[in-house]
Amino acid sequence: MKVTMTVNGKAMSAETEGRTLLSSFLREGLGLTGTHVGCDTTQCGACTVHVDGQPVKSCTVLAQDVAGKTVTTIEGMANPDGSLSVIQQAFQDNHGLQCGFCTPGMVMASAALLAENPHPTEDEVRHHLKGNICRCTGYHNIVKAVMSASGATSQKLAAE
Amino acid sequence: MHDFELVKPASVAEAVAALAAEGAQALSGGQTLLPSMKQRLAAPDRLVSLLDIPEMRGVCHGDRGLAVGGATPHAVVAREAAARYPALAALAGQIGDPAVRSRGTIGGSLANNDPAACYPAAALASGATIVTDRREIAADDYFQGLFTTALDEGEIITTVHFPIPERACYMKFEQPASRFALVGVFVAKYADGVRVAVTGAGEDGVFRWTDAEDALTADFRPEALQGLVVDADGLIGDLHGTPAYRANLIAVLTKRAVAAA
Repeated sequence: MKVTMTVNGKAMSAETEGRTLLSSFLREGLGLTGTHVGCDTTQCGACTVHVDGQPVKSCTVLAQDVAGKTVTTIEGMANPDGSLSVIQQAFQDNHGLQCGFCTPGMVMASAALLAENPHPTEDEVRHHLKGNICRCTGYHNIVKAVMSASGATSQKLAAE
Repeated sequence: MHDFELVKPASVAEAVAALAAEGAQALSGGQTLLPSMKQRLAAPDRLVSLLDIPEMRGVCHGDRGLAVGGATPHAVVAREAAARYPALAALAGQIGDPAVRSRGTIGGSLANNDPAACYPAAALASGATIVTDRREIAADDYFQGLFTTALDEGEIITTVHFPIPERACYMKFEQPASRFALVGVFVAKYADGVRVAVTGAGEDGVFRWTDAEDALTADFRPEALQGLVVDADGLIGDLHGTPAYRANLIAVLTKRAVAAA
């Protein structure tokens, strides 16, 4: 069955089976490989995208179930001129990534948090990111990046 | 996972008709069912998605308390129940992680009845009424053991009515890897008595701790629970905790819940 949804502002279509996951639809159907599949079991959060503004793990959503909805992926996060968005720039400035595999999910989860809560506390950031696993950074620089993107001035983090 | 047909009904009546087919199963948020299907623990021929049925979504307040649509995601309950029933909203806001809460629903949680799920504790402690496409079931009659409920094949939870307590609190001790409750205790004080429901601990799933209910109905203070012990017999023992450990946690969390309610 052909499924159409609005992805990063454009109507996009691809063929699907009933079992086609949103992550497969995006990566294999549309070639949007910025969305990473880490665990494929809803645990690591690398595949996080937004559906109608809400963060979801795209490996645990069926493509046909979100037909017609509005999806934002990491490819839709940069500014229209191609420069990095505030959150992406903050990850770069604060060394919030090393290997980069978890980063698309981290950025999407962080963007969902800041949309709902523009000035989170460090504790709220850590709590919100508990469904996103990073095996490189030890999280401190990711939390710093999100705090920095929220406009908080650089501060010593509690766990340091 | 094996392929299947996805059906997207727009009303409860259409969903019930779609579920009548051989090998059909309801799909709500899919946060448990889809991982199970990937592991080939389930292989339905047809999934009937309940997420786009408007009459099954949302939270509203009426003379029976808070009515939560069966297909309402946890994130929506966390937001929309906060003013009327803060303990229920807090429970919904602690399930899984934010992405799971965007999809997972109350109806899915209650229909699955995982022994470590949070919502069964809220429903049982609140004396909730589970409304389906064909009848109403009291929470006391609904939970019937591990992953077992009073629901018939193809029966859909459309709404859950929660009477609103005077005071309530849910205390969850998370199993740190899965974030399910190692033990969770929901305490709710109503005009006609206190109800205490325990999840994560019982070999037969969620249960009421009636000794604590009697003590707290007489005196709603943590001190009223002094000396009460939970029998470890019938509690879950696994690599995360022995039955005795869980029995102790139940008493500790119940006291904390009363203190915070």
